[in-house]
Amino acid sequence: MSLFSNTGVLLSKELRTEFRSRELLTTTVVFILVVLILFSFAISPTTEESREFGPGLLWLAILFAASLMLQPCFLREQNNDTLSSLRLAVSDPFSIFLAKLVANTLFLLLTELIMLPFFAIFYNVPVLPELHWLILVLFLGSLGISVAGTALSAISAQARMRELLLPLLLLPLLTPVLVVSATVTVSLFEREPIVKGKGIAFLAVFDIVFLTALWLFGEYLLEE
Amino acid sequence: MAPFILSPTGLRFEGIDKRYGGLFALRRVTFEISAGEYAVLAGRNGSGKTTLLRIAGQLVRPTAGKLSFPGSTADFAGNPRPGYVGHSTMVYDELTAEENLLLFARLQKVESPVARAEDLLREVGLYERRASLVRTFSRGMRQRIAIARALIHRPSVLLLDEPATGLDPLGITWLANSLRELNRAGCTIVMSLHGESEISSLATRAVRLDAGNVIADTKTGASLHDILAFGAA
Repeated sequence: MSLFSNTGVLLSKELRTEFRSRELLTTTVVFILVVLILFSFAISPTTEESREFGPGLLWLAILFAASLMLQPCFLREQNNDTLSSLRLAVSDPFSIFLAKLVANTLFLLLTELIMLPFFAIFYNVPVLPELHWLILVLFLGSLGISVAGTALSAISAQARMRELLLPLLLLPLLTPVLVVSATVTVSLFEREPIVKGKGIAFLAVFDIVFLTALWLFGEYLLEE
Repeated sequence: MAPFILSPTGLRFEGIDKRYGGLFALRRVTFEISAGEYAVLAGRNGSGKTTLLRIAGQLVRPTAGKLSFPGSTADFAGNPRPGYVGHSTMVYDELTAEENLLLFARLQKVESPVARAEDLLREVGLYERRASLVRTFSRGMRQRIAIARALIHRPSVLLLDEPATGLDPLGITWLANSLRELNRAGCTIVMSLHGESEISSLATRAVRLDAGNVIADTKTGASLHDILAFGAA
């Protein structure tokens, strides 16, 4: 129970600091909208291409936004060595990860929620008929990005060339999630139930596997 | 500071080695600090004081050797949670002084966290500024909040890494008085210091480190004054 109560306390700290400064959310929302709008110029919104390529571009924009959002996740704990004070205070270090990855997932979902209407308009994609499935895919994909990204953020924060390291590690690791998320999103718009079912199952398994790995080995990532 | 000690706890280092790549930060460090002692670690920069304190705080895992807390009944993976004051403040600039203390009080399941945080803010002289963001604090005020954070859970062992950094003469006197009261209440205090000061004058024990080795200890006959004076050299 200590894990969940510590996670709750840390999550409220993460939310409070972010909503007080709104640094990450503002930057990420502006960035993701700019990327989506720029990508939209490459495709004519009146054609089938838009439905086919739109989801891929959407997930690429989400990845860029996530790497922006995940970078400071552990880096800002280094400024005043607050990671040490957290490690001294919590009984289970996994609560530090859990709080951060829940916060990252929430921030990412909030960004996606703001972005979705713009995506529907600029890419002429009917998101409403499959909205519940789309939200599920966005949730599972964002959770996968956050779990892997939070772990890599902890690793890269202690390394030299930390600003470069996170995107370099993140992209190959998240390729399966991005490919599957984009494929499932295309299948939602093209009403392909088999792809949808398999894809969602894959995303759920990816999330569970990475979450378990983080739970088992996360403590070592926080050590000096 | 009000007396509060849970259980008198000492510190035992047995054959502690710490290596960073090929570089030895500590070599076969073996000594014990008894419960209730006020010990000073002295030595030049790079002698291994900070590494030893971080090992004692369980923030760094030793390459070899064993750390134990004789007399401890508290449990934190089998060990007590020492209070730790490091080189950095270890608090969040973007939270207020009170929010910082409440955060660490709640994480450590301190009873009546609001009352405890308010008491500590009064004791460190920051009660009037409790609603101010830490980023607006001076260096000395940050050091006071750092000390308050380390004491929030009433530790029986307090580790301080050059705690006088950033404090003005009044602040140093305040710190010396606070540490004296804590030590009287039974809190084991271990700190690294450079040279003699109002804070080191309270020491009952001193250990000198050089290049990661213990080279002098008052327990084995060295003089407290000589060890502390060496630290200033």
